[in-house]
Formats: sequence, structure tokens, C-alpha cells
Amino acid sequence: MSYIKASFRHPQAKVNALGLSQKDYEGSLSTLCAGCGHDSISAAIVQSFFEMNIEPHKVVKTSGIGCSSKSPTYYLGKAHGFNTVHGRMPSVTTGANMANKKLQYIGVSGDGDTASIGMGQFAHVVRRNLNMIYIVMNNGCYGLTKGQDSATADVGSAGKKGVPNEFSAIDLCQLALQLGAGYVARSFSGDKNQLIPLLKGAIEHQGFAFIDVISPCVTFNNTPNSTKGYEYVRDHLEATGTIDFVPERQELKINHPEATSKEVELHDGSKLILKKNKHDYDLSSKREAMNAIETVNEENKILTGLIYLNEAEKDTHATINSVDKSLNALSQKEVCPGSEVLDDLNEGFR
Amino acid sequence: MNKINDFVVLFANINGSGSASANNLFAKAVFNLGVPVSAKNIFPSNIQGLPTWFEVRISEKGYLGRREGYDFVVATNGQTLDKDYNELTSGGYFFYDSSRLLPSHLKREDITEIGIPLTKICNENYTNPRLRQIFKNIIYVGALAYLFDMDFSVFEESIKSQFAQKAKLIGPNINALKLGYDFAKENYSDTCELNIHRRDLVGDKIMIEGNAATGLGAVFAGVTVAGWYPITPSTSVIEAFEKYCKKYRVDKETGKNKFAIVQAEDELAAIGIVIGAAWNGARSFTATSGPGVSLMSEFLGLAYFAEVPVFLVDIQRSGPSTGMPTRTQQSDIISSAYASHGDTKNVLLFPSSPTECFDMTIQGMDLSERLQTPVIMMSDLDLGMNTHMSDPIKWDDDYEWDRGKVLDFEDLEQKKERWGRYLDVDGDGIPYRTIPGTHPTKGAFFTRGSSHDEYAVYTEDGKVYEKGMIRLLKKWDTAKTIVPMAEIKINDNEVGIIYYGTSSYAAKEADDLLKEQLVNVDEMRIKAFPFGPEVEDFVNSHKTIFVIEQNRDAQMKTLLVNELQVNPNRLKEVLNIDGMPITAQFIVDEILKVTK
Repeated sequence: MSYIKASFRHPQAKVNALGLSQKDYEGSLSTLCAGCGHDSISAAIVQSFFEMNIEPHKVVKTSGIGCSSKSPTYYLGKAHGFNTVHGRMPSVTTGANMANKKLQYIGVSGDGDTASIGMGQFAHVVRRNLNMIYIVMNNGCYGLTKGQDSATADVGSAGKKGVPNEFSAIDLCQLALQLGAGYVARSFSGDKNQLIPLLKGAIEHQGFAFIDVISPCVTFNNTPNSTKGYEYVRDHLEATGTIDFVPERQELKINHPEATSKEVELHDGSKLILKKNKHDYDLSSKREAMNAIETVNEENKILTGLIYLNEAEKDTHATINSVDKSLNALSQKEVCPGSEVLDDLNEGFR
Repeated sequence: MNKINDFVVLFANINGSGSASANNLFAKAVFNLGVPVSAKNIFPSNIQGLPTWFEVRISEKGYLGRREGYDFVVATNGQTLDKDYNELTSGGYFFYDSSRLLPSHLKREDITEIGIPLTKICNENYTNPRLRQIFKNIIYVGALAYLFDMDFSVFEESIKSQFAQKAKLIGPNINALKLGYDFAKENYSDTCELNIHRRDLVGDKIMIEGNAATGLGAVFAGVTVAGWYPITPSTSVIEAFEKYCKKYRVDKETGKNKFAIVQAEDELAAIGIVIGAAWNGARSFTATSGPGVSLMSEFLGLAYFAEVPVFLVDIQRSGPSTGMPTRTQQSDIISSAYASHGDTKNVLLFPSSPTECFDMTIQGMDLSERLQTPVIMMSDLDLGMNTHMSDPIKWDDDYEWDRGKVLDFEDLEQKKERWGRYLDVDGDGIPYRTIPGTHPTKGAFFTRGSSHDEYAVYTEDGKVYEKGMIRLLKKWDTAKTIVPMAEIKINDNEVGIIYYGTSSYAAKEADDLLKEQLVNVDEMRIKAFPFGPEVEDFVNSHKTIFVIEQNRDAQMKTLLVNELQVNPNRLKEVLNIDGMPITAQFIVDEILKVTK
């Protein structure tokens, strides 16, 4: 692999509404294995933020520990990032978000980082409905420590060592649903056309947006007997419907016939256009969403796409009723009561 | 036993019976009579039913530490009657509920028994069972007012101010006080020779718990984000913070909060929230106890190495493990000083009064941002949860917080040379940091707990790593020059005593007691770690030094030996480990064992 990233770009490269080119949304060169699914997810993040016209420096990238958690350096180089400790990305993101509600928070984690060591923090950041995008780069194994099974590995799935996993798999989408996430989606790193609209929808969602992205580990878990390998996943995908993201104010270019598609409007007026298929169900019904996942599971398939959407829930800041100004922008004068209250205070202690 | 304003009263109660507020009413009355007082709640890890004790020391000389021996026992708990009876000091008074006779085996000739039929009085005057229970406590306080010859109007004033918002409770409470007062007057006139008489010895002091002062300090320090997890004895820090935030931090126009308090899922998340918020430019803090510090250790190492400000309050309790969760100790010194794996050192502050808890919360917040590192304030259960007589809270409106080296938009805009997050520009080991969202093209970096170069770029180059680690030591040296200096009293004595935190009350009293034994000592109260040069000077200039602390393993002594390269034999240990606040007599006995 090359350690120098080419800086050359086509002089007529497209710029977005901020006058920035996609290059302005890239990060440094990936040091992950060639063909790693995670790099495709990074690329999708770059494209989504570019096309959504988000100022890169108004984004905060966080991660835990593991292959997945290295990836924030590979996108949005102009954004601050924080590679925390193993399984603890949610709490650091919570603190950061409490300090400044005006930035966009995107956390990436792995299946080990989320479903094992970070299970507690994951559960609680979901139930707090923190306004963030939470991506799990899910490959069913621990890459950096050479391929041990993770808690999302399916029963019977075998990685490079060839030993089938015997423990139940944790379905993070079901968990997120149960815990109250307002935006739940699953995708595949190899399906950019689905992943990008899902990311855009997540950017717009006000509250906790969860995307479980199956992202094969080419080195340790891309074997014929693995249910997280490229081949298996491609053969077993079952989407909730094809999805398009239409930003606010933009005219619909494709005219979807009423009978085969439906629009889901996000809080700012943007729309997600879903092309219906046999799995058409009420996306705002937790019960139907859960049912869809289980039904597809029974067919030995993997349900992808937007699984659940509920924009009605209050995010953490709304729940704690914080002021409109970011807490980190409040001045000493605004938060320190000063000496004028001391007489009363001291008298109260006498 | 004829004592005026110098004795100890022990209240033996049942946990959850409402006795603590009655006992505090008594202590507050002593204070309001102008007499120095200290109150210690010796409570169980239980919600209701187990024995609980409350000690009130009345000391005209102003000694606020714990004193062994009870001159007067108020026994309202049948479960502990034998123990309370037998532990009463010879010549003392045993006050009990005489609605039932004392068991016949309790016989002492050397004490005075005062039987007041509390239950009977309550049953005659109240029908509601809850009121019977609550007023039973108030009735014994009323009886004490008579027995100790206290000015009754002080109690009336206290009740009036306590129930200012619930005026209909004032009358019944005063009435209950009078029931006890009158019964004692009719039956026990001239019985008790312990008296509390009005003096003018408390000046403008206040009575406050360390945890309340800490929570208040966090409001003045500008903390806007708190992540926390409930744990005794630290919970009331956050409760106080929330109470004062609701009082002073709600925007009047919108009704919205200028603070975020997140009750986390555990201590790991609590400190994670603090780190995330501080990294993102808000002032934030959390409070915990020893088990929480253990859980937070990994994150503290991240904050140390990635150089993120953290202000953590540790209300120490008796360890190890769950230990005695409602008893005090100073036993997290080493685990906090060196918290986390790898080479780490954390700044510690040691407050010894509630007022200092307030001041050090502000200082600690400033230091954490100035030094970009974890600062841990080492309070304890005794300081945090007991009410102490302390100086009034002061605030200077000209004081501006020290937010440390933070580059704003203009700074970044002007910057010609390449900015490095971990570049030691000023030679003090402290680099400049940036806050997310500040500038579109400059100042972004990737914060990580893995090894990084001066520009925050990942590196596995051992030399680069080493350079960073050595710079952190330079920062540590800078810390020595800006942390609070030790308080030193020197009089050319050969013997020195070193103490810190809540051991200070007893240590100062011990100094006086030692003088009576013709043993003169110099004193040093350590207020911070790392140790400044004054600590080293004190240690080097005394032949024999006693380090007084409340743990088994001489943890402060170990820090002194380790950091100052002192010969361990020069530092003698005075160690109180039973979970009760250390007493002056204990210190004196330990010191005399060596010096005599």
C-alpha cells in the first residue's frame, strides 16, 4: 500500500453549496487492510456530509477502540475527533454533546466495542436519545486481535480459524429499537446506494440515529462459512425498500408512483423516499419493525434499509431543558451567581 | 462532673426515625448560642431500622475534631441500650425513655440516670403514629434545652427559620420542645451539671456540610455539565450542585437551564461525560467515592495522556472494596495520585473545611484547565456529610476563572506557523488546545489515548513517545509551582507533624495537648499533590516527623517517600483506621509513644 495520499483532484471537481469539494471532507489515508468494508463506510460518510453541505469543522467525530474506531481519521479531516477508550465512545459523546448542542456528532464503533465491552454505554446513550449518529461497523469479529468471534457473530458462523460460533448473536438493531432509538437502520458496506441515503437521513434526524453496517473483515471473517463475509451478505440481503434521500427545497426528480413508494418527511422538510416491496410496513411502528426483522431472520436473510423512524421523541437537550445557547459558550457572567447572593447564602447556614 | 461548654453528647437513635434533623436542631442551637460545636452522624448503610448515632461535641476552646468518651448519652434505641449505657463516661448522664423501665442488669453507681417517658408523653399528646415518632425526637431536644440550661429562645428561632415556608409546623414543633422542657424542669431540676451558656465565639462562621459547599463551589466555578453516578458519601455533592443550579442557573425569561446534569449508567460513563464535555470546552465535573475512582481509572489515564481537563471530587470512605461505606477514611490517596495504568500522576487537592471545599472546587477547576490534566479533590465522608463550623463563603467579583491555554478563532486566524496540539511552545510543558467548531480550516486534531507526536498524529516511534512523556513531567514540575502551598507553622522545633484534610481538626488540637506535655512540634498541613518546594523543605528541616492520616498503609507518607526520596525511617506513622474521625488524644498517644 501507499503511504502518501494523492492530493491531485480534477480541476472541475464538483463543489457543494458551501463551495467545498469532496476533498475537503476526506481524511488521511486508511491503514486498514485493502478491501476492508470499513473504508467503504468512511467513503460513504465523506460523500454524505459533502452532499449535505455540512461544514466539516462543525462535526465532531468520536470512536471507541478497534479497527472501526481507527476510521474517524479517514474522513472529515477538518473536524475534531476523539478516539476514546474501548466501549466508552457513547459517554464521551454524551459529554461533548452536552457541552455544545450546535455541532453534528457522529460516533463509530465496532461490534466488539458496542455489543460486548460497550454494551452498557450503548444501551444508555440510546435511551437518553442523544442527538447523534451512531454507526456500528459490524464484521462479527475482533480484527485487531486476530479474528476472535464477537457477540454479533451468528450461531454456526465460522471465520478464518474455522471454528463455528456457538453463542447467540446480539442483534443491535433490535436492541436499539427496544431501547427507544428514533432512527434505526441496517446496511451493508458494499451497498453505497443504500448506505448514503441512510446516512443523510441520519444527519437530518433530531435524536439518536443508529445504523448497523455489516462490514466484512477481509482478513479474518470473509470465509465461505462466515455469515459476515461479502459473498454471504450479498446473497442474503433483504431490503425494507429502496431508499432515496431528497433534501429540503429540492424538487423530486424521480416521480414515484403513489402505489409503489412512500415519502417520509424529516423534521426540517427533507424527505426519505422509500420504494415499497413485500416488506412494506408502518416504519413508525416499533412492533412492526421488530416483526419485520424477525420475519426476515426466519427466512435466513438479513433485513437492511430504514427499519424504524420516529421523530417525535425529545432528544437529551430537550429533556433536560437546556438553554438555546451552547453550554460551552456561556460566559462567567452568565453562570456565576457572584457575590450578591452570598449574604443570603451564608445567612442560610447560620 | 461540672462542665460548661466542654462536653460530648451522644444520641443513640434508630435509622430512618427522623432523629437526624432533631439532633441537628440541637447542634445548631449550640452554635446559635455562640459556642463552637461539631456534629458527627455515625450512620449505618441502611435505609431504616439499624442503629445510628449522632455525636455532638461542644467546645468553648473551638476544638472541632472528634473526641472520645461520652459525657451525656441520649438513649432512644433499645437495640443498643446496653452498649450505650456501658460506654458512658464515669460521672456522666444517661438519658433514656422511661416509658419502660431500664433492664435490671443495667446498673452503674458512677452515673446519673435521667428517665423521661418520651413514648408516654407522645401517646398522650398525639394520635398520628408518624407524629408520635417525629415529635419524640423534638421532645428530647426540648428536655436537653432545660437540662443544659440553654436559652430556649434560640430553639424557637431555629424552628421559625427552619419552617419559614411551612408556617403551620412552627407551633406544633415549639409545643413539642416545651413538652420536653417542662417535664425535665418538673422532674430533673438541678440534676445536670453540664451546661451550655451563651458566648460570643463563633463570629461570622457558618454551619455547612462539605458536600453542600462543594456543589455550591461548582456553581461558582462555572460547571455547566455534570455526569454522575450515585454513591455514598458523594451523592449529596451533585444534589447540592443541582439545588443551587436550580436556584441560580435557570434563565429567567425562558425558564431553560444553564446546566446539564446527566445521571450516568455507572462511574465509567460519569467520567466519560466529564471528559467529553471538558474536551468540548465546557466546565464539567463529577463526584464519586473510592469504588468510583477505581472504575474511572482507565479514563483518568486517557485524560492524563490526551491532556483533557478533568475535575473530579472523591469523597473518601472506608475501603477496600465496599469496605465500610458509611464510615470515613483517607485511603484513596495512592489510588488517586497514580490512578490508571502506565506512568500516570494526577494532581490532588486536600480540603480540610467546607469553606475550603468551596474554594478548592474553584481552584481545582482552574488548575485542571490550566494544566489540562485530571485534578482530584480528596474530601471524605466526615468532611462531606457532616455539618462543620466553617468560615463564611466568599467570592471576589473581580476574580476571573483561569480557562488555560485555549486558542480561539482569532488566535488560529493569526497563526502563521503550524500549530501542534502537543507542542511545548512556552517551555512550561503545557501545550495549547483548541475547541471543536472554532475555525473552519485550522486547529482540528484527533484526540487519542494512543501515542501521538507533537501534532497529535499517531506514532509508534519510541523517541517521539518518550519526548512526549518527558514533557508531561515538565508539566508536572509546573504544577508544583501553581498548586496551593502547604500551610506551615514553624518554631524551630525538631519534631514536625504533617497532616491533611479532616485529620487537621484533631492534629491542631493535638498540638495544644502536646504542649501541655512539654512536647513542642512544628506543623505542616499539606493542601496539594504534587508537593511544592515548601513541603520538601519542611521534611528536610525536621529530625523527626509524624505523618498523621486515616488509613492503614500510611499512604501520604508513601507519597512523600516516593516523590521526595525521603528515608522512610524519618517519617513516623500515626494511623487511625477504624472508620471514625481521628481524635486528638489518639494522635497525642501515638506521638508520645515515640518521643517519651
